Amino acid sequence: MLREIVILSFGGQGGVTAARILALAAVMDGKYAQAIPQFGAERRGSLVKSYLRLSDEPIRRHSSIKKADVVSIFAERILNIVDIKNMLKDEGFTIVNAESGGDFCINASKIALNLNLVSAGWPIVNTAMAGAMANTLGIRKESVVKAIKDTFSGKVAEVNATAAEIAYEEVYECQ
Amino acid sequence: MSGRTIMTGNQAVAEAVRLARTEVVAAYPITPQTVIVEKLAEMVDSGLLDAEFIRVESEHSALAAVYGSAVAGKRSFTATSSHGLLYMYEMIWWVANARVPLVMVVVTRTIGPPWNIHTDHTDLLTMRDSGWIIAMAENVQEAFDLTINGFRISEEVSLPYTAGMDAFQLSHTSEVVDLLEQQYVDEFLPERRQSYVFGEEAFTVGCIGPNEYTARLRKDTFEALKNTEKVVDKVSREYEEITGRNCGLLEEYRLDDAEYAVVMMGAWSGDAKDAIDELRKESLPIGLLKLRYIRPMPYKKIQKLLDGKQVLVLDRDCSMGAGGILGVEVKNCVEATNIIAGIGGIDVGVDDFIKMFRVFSEGKLEVEKNGVYWWPPEIYDKGMR
Repeated sequence: MLREIVILSFGGQGGVTAARILALAAVMDGKYAQAIPQFGAERRGSLVKSYLRLSDEPIRRHSSIKKADVVSIFAERILNIVDIKNMLKDEGFTIVNAESGGDFCINASKIALNLNLVSAGWPIVNTAMAGAMANTLGIRKESVVKAIKDTFSGKVAEVNATAAEIAYEEVYECQ
Repeated sequence: MSGRTIMTGNQAVAEAVRLARTEVVAAYPITPQTVIVEKLAEMVDSGLLDAEFIRVESEHSALAAVYGSAVAGKRSFTATSSHGLLYMYEMIWWVANARVPLVMVVVTRTIGPPWNIHTDHTDLLTMRDSGWIIAMAENVQEAFDLTINGFRISEEVSLPYTAGMDAFQLSHTSEVVDLLEQQYVDEFLPERRQSYVFGEEAFTVGCIGPNEYTARLRKDTFEALKNTEKVVDKVSREYEEITGRNCGLLEEYRLDDAEYAVVMMGAWSGDAKDAIDELRKESLPIGLLKLRYIRPMPYKKIQKLLDGKQVLVLDRDCSMGAGGILGVEVKNCVEATNIIAGIGGIDVGVDDFIKMFRVFSEGKLEVEKNGVYWWPPEIYDKGMR
């Protein structure tokens, strides 16, 4: 079964990296996966779309995702500026970095701040979001942790892996 | 034998170049190709790749530099896109006419104006008549495989080889790739060889010559490129024995019993395959013939495979005043309808193909006088202002 996921983030939040980490984790689980960054000039602070496809079979398509099974929202403010319903299938669900407002919620900013995962004044939420998404997408916790450790090195890898583990456990259905 | 991971097309190409034990790399950065040579520069810097990395001031110099190293017998690589390719155009022809084996990856990107970094195949196809072997990848795995195949084929026939891959859809997209261990690449790719050796006796390369020499050399190159068809068959079979993956001239997809056949190349072929699966569920007998090579172009095989079918050729490129470039090519051997779509990187996905193929099979494509249909019609009808 092919599942198509759209990540909405602000440039600098690490949405592209999250998609790549989850793709790698899915491959470690024996699945097929594909991570596509938004095509264009990514800028810090601007809205960035990243695409993630997961499947039990090889993924052949390369076009963008118009109607997603899952939309992951990295900042609560995005809920006010994007028509999420328009890009989500009827039976699809959302996962949002907030205490409420999505089908699944996780306070990824708080997790990042507690771990001092901050860059240029912003909490780096992508690994926490990747952990929470992994849970809702049926990706194993061990795989997402390993994918993070393959992506980063040293203490950065450890802290980000911890963020993902916490979020994996804490993500909840909020409606 | 191999490790499975995910990589972008650019990373996979760099890895293939490393595994090929490339000795000289020269390139000038241009989006979306830059990452390939950035990765190679890192590999050379860290000692992972034992090669000379030559920094140059332009794409013309990049190809001139690897021309020199290839003439001297070194396995050489460069990469470019769009305007970079056009800037090296003089050297494109020089390298082919000089029969120098080397590999270049072209990350296909729209030619401006308007300034546009997205995919379009016209840049790659400006090389069509030059004497290069020209391949085009559908996915990251093929970009990796074709790069390795390229060195082997190029060195066997003494012609330069280029593999194209779509901007962003492959170059920046991470997807599953099965890598090869060094020993398997070494087995497949023997030491660099060429038709002459530098010895005691001095000789010149690329000097002035009588007209008759020129004429004879052109015919030789023409025949060598035609003959490359057999070499690609042979080499891709050998590669398949090692990897289980075929990178031959053509790929047939549900074509056998198809009454309607689509001909195309590149990353969007995967979307077309998914569309064909959907339409097959509705009992529409449609299949795909994917071109993995544009030169050599196996006209006879294409004719045989498409015989008796309604043919639709899809182009993401244009020969101004003539049609889609693949359309012009395929019409050499069969009658075909030609659609030009996805120009300037316009997203064309599974739903678009389902719509397109349905309209085609229903005979409802209103083809303009010059025989080309521009898709999607609403872009052209509205007349963007």
